[in-house]
Amino acid sequence: MKRVLLIWRKSLNIVMLTLTGVAAFAVVSVLFLILGYLIFNGWRSLNWDFFTQLPKPVGEAGGGMANAIVGSLKLLFLAAILGLPIGLIGGVYLAEFGGKTFAFITRYTADLLNGVPSIVIGIFAYALFVLPVKHFSAFSGGVALAIMVIPITLRSTEEFLRAVPNSLREGAMALGASKWKTIATVILPAARGGIITGMLLALARVAGETAPLLFTAFGNRFWSPGWSQPIASLPRMIYDYAIAPYDDWHRQAWAAGLVLLGLVLIANIGTRLVLSRGGGGRSA
Amino acid sequence: MSSTATTIEQAVPPKAGPRAFAKRLRDGDEIAHLITLLFAASILLITSLLVYELWVNSKQSRAAFGWGFFTKVVWDPISGDFGAAPFIYGTLVTAVVSLAIALPLGLAAAIFLAELAPRQLSDGIAFLIDLLAAVPSVIYGLLGIFIVVPLMRTTVGPLLIHTVGNVPGIGKFFKGPNYGVGFLTAGVVLAIMIVPFIISVSREVLLTVPREQREAALGLGATRWEATWKVVVPWARTGIMGSVFLALARALGETMAVTMVIGNDPKIAASLFAPGYTIAAVIANEFSEATGDLYLAALIELGLVLFLMTFILNGLARILIVATERGGGHPS
Amino acid sequence: MLLNAAGATFPYPIYSKWFDVYHTAHSNIQINYQSIGSGGGIRQLQGGTVDFGASDMPLTDEQIAGFKVKILHFPTVLGAVVPTYNVSGVSTDLNFTQKALAGIYLGTITKWNDPEIAKANPGAKLPGDDIVVVHRSEGSGTSFIWTDFLSKVSDDWKNKVGKGASVNWPVGLGGKGNEGVTGLVKQTPGSIGYVELIYALQNNIPFGKVQNAAGKFVKADLAGVTAAAAGAANAMPDDFRVSITNSPGAAAYPISSFTWLLIPSQISDPAKRDAIKGFLTWMLADGQGYNEGLSYAKLPKPVVDKEKKAIAMIQ
Repeated sequence: MKRVLLIWRKSLNIVMLTLTGVAAFAVVSVLFLILGYLIFNGWRSLNWDFFTQLPKPVGEAGGGMANAIVGSLKLLFLAAILGLPIGLIGGVYLAEFGGKTFAFITRYTADLLNGVPSIVIGIFAYALFVLPVKHFSAFSGGVALAIMVIPITLRSTEEFLRAVPNSLREGAMALGASKWKTIATVILPAARGGIITGMLLALARVAGETAPLLFTAFGNRFWSPGWSQPIASLPRMIYDYAIAPYDDWHRQAWAAGLVLLGLVLIANIGTRLVLSRGGGGRSA
Repeated sequence: MSSTATTIEQAVPPKAGPRAFAKRLRDGDEIAHLITLLFAASILLITSLLVYELWVNSKQSRAAFGWGFFTKVVWDPISGDFGAAPFIYGTLVTAVVSLAIALPLGLAAAIFLAELAPRQLSDGIAFLIDLLAAVPSVIYGLLGIFIVVPLMRTTVGPLLIHTVGNVPGIGKFFKGPNYGVGFLTAGVVLAIMIVPFIISVSREVLLTVPREQREAALGLGATRWEATWKVVVPWARTGIMGSVFLALARALGETMAVTMVIGNDPKIAASLFAPGYTIAAVIANEFSEATGDLYLAALIELGLVLFLMTFILNGLARILIVATERGGGHPS
Repeated sequence: MLLNAAGATFPYPIYSKWFDVYHTAHSNIQINYQSIGSGGGIRQLQGGTVDFGASDMPLTDEQIAGFKVKILHFPTVLGAVVPTYNVSGVSTDLNFTQKALAGIYLGTITKWNDPEIAKANPGAKLPGDDIVVVHRSEGSGTSFIWTDFLSKVSDDWKNKVGKGASVNWPVGLGGKGNEGVTGLVKQTPGSIGYVELIYALQNNIPFGKVQNAAGKFVKADLAGVTAAAAGAANAMPDDFRVSITNSPGAAAYPISSFTWLLIPSQISDPAKRDAIKGFLTWMLADGQGYNEGLSYAKLPKPVVDKEKKAIAMIQ
């Protein structure tokens, strides 16, 4: 009887572990499928002009998306400096200081905010930052994206801070460190890997969003100096070009998708290289 | 060693008394407390403001339709008759289908990456999966049209209809004409979009589970799988559920990709192959062109309805977590 | 100087061409046009966030009342909407009577071999397959033109559904954008949908002929669209708010429409005012030369002349 049970457990072991491998493989294949599709359809449009020229009307050679690339970078920059600190510090509060009820309400609210369709957030940012001043701006677009970044960052920061064992906290306190010092020098570094993952995930998500920018950043066929003019962005261009009738624009849309992914990839690699030196966030 | 406390404050309660308070003040802890509190509170401020705006701008529609808005199955911009029922249904169905696919798939992949794969491979693959989160919605939609829809219409659909469709009970969800677009297709596309969140966060959380836990289980004679499933995963449970909330949120609010593959028909149908419509999709589709105050107000009211749905769904999910809490998890 | 404009998606390609050419000739003037939908354009104009708007549909009286300043309509190009289909065994152009199209979209005609379709296509072997109807999911000027036409040719449609950028479609699947509709039609045997003429021409999509008010079956082309506008030119109201679907004339393609720029009649900034007036003058002359290259139809001469006079109304 015991032998049967053992054989069952061993078989189950192999089957389930194999299934997990299959699942991982399946997901990665989808990614490669998407990348492959983008590359296949878009590579012909990727040339020097694409990265340096302004958009040209359809059918004219030599047009590019230089302003959209810069625009996306500017908008992501705004989303990062406006949204990431709030998410990070708010997450610190929930994990380290918060009373149970307030933490619960805030967590719940963050999840709610996460679920608001991006177009509604865009309309919200429009009502607050565009209508009163009667013009579109990169700033309002950045705010809309920041609003989307905050809940993701907040939740993941909190989760990873809480995953840090209490022994670290108690040890630091026993050595006489004040609470905020403990957090800054011991706990945050310990949770660093996960927190950064959460931040990059949040930025990656908003990098590809069009709807919040429709009525805030608006879009621009030209260069956009400063922060209070309408500004182009890669997702906006993709949206405009992908649904147009012209093949030339379709290919540019795919190329833009490729560039967008490239930007996110570089940001991911860059950030991890710079900040994750020495590892952290894994329990010993 | 591990207490059941949640924060430092509960593990090591602050000393009472004015001297202790003064010390904390000097250390900067009180200020830190205040600052972090303000930042956390800003999310409440933003959300309240958002709900307020939704409430105020949907006034005309709420006045015109009242509670009936939730149950009416009509959406007629010309005659000005609006009801939310088909959209509520569509949003729920696509969210459920997408989670039903993404959760097992994502969790399994996360387990593989955290427990089985060599570290470098795991990091590399996790990188790539994070990239999936950045793919713009529009591109998911286009890929949905070109790949998923034909697949659904010619292969997967008929297969399901002939097999599961004949099973009594759940069979009724797999019957009927199959155009390729519909609830199921939208659920599949959504699943692909939300699975990176589940994998990314779950993998990270699984990696934080202390090694002693695994070793203890293995030391007691558990197989690798048993150690993972019965000890490691439960320990990481709250983090995993957190990732599910992230994923659910995206599924509820996704617009572009869904509208390209769901058929955009505001009707309620039992079959998963039938075309449907979600709240986020109809808002995105019609907001730009909507003229007329009642029309706009109705769209905004739909936004409010979605907010309410998210509220309830999150609540139900949390109750579910508490109900299944059996201990053995990371103290929370 | 940067001018912002927003509105219809349909003319986005030609507008971007025009504004680019104009900018090359007048390097100090940048006109930034973004397509956020006709309704969006109208709202932005009302909100004062753009200098002018663009719409595939003329403003309704209600909308006009919502503006403090009088808004002038300037037709810019013409477009058309064509029926595209995927019927097994049929590779020729099908003829669609007005009643056929209305019946199909109302859901009263459900099979391809229905007499209403068959009688107009004596040579074709129509199968007994079900008709799968496809329409646009999002609000769009294309839907407006299509439903406007159906409202004119079918009282049933007019009473049950009406005309608009978004309507309560009695039957059918919704595809997003021309791309979505074409994709659905291509992949669904027995389906029928409607797309912009430009889209069909640029992507080599087969489409059918539609019966016009004179009873002739016309296959849409740029000449037929301009003919439709010319037919309506005589009855053109001074504010250019006119529908030219089902227009009289033997060569007229019945599902055609103008698209308009919405210009405020009072512009306080003189530099902006001159820039806009300058652009409009150019658009009516040299601008029209770019239309056909992008598969848009030109404005007929009587309309152009009338518009030139209307430019003076911008103060």
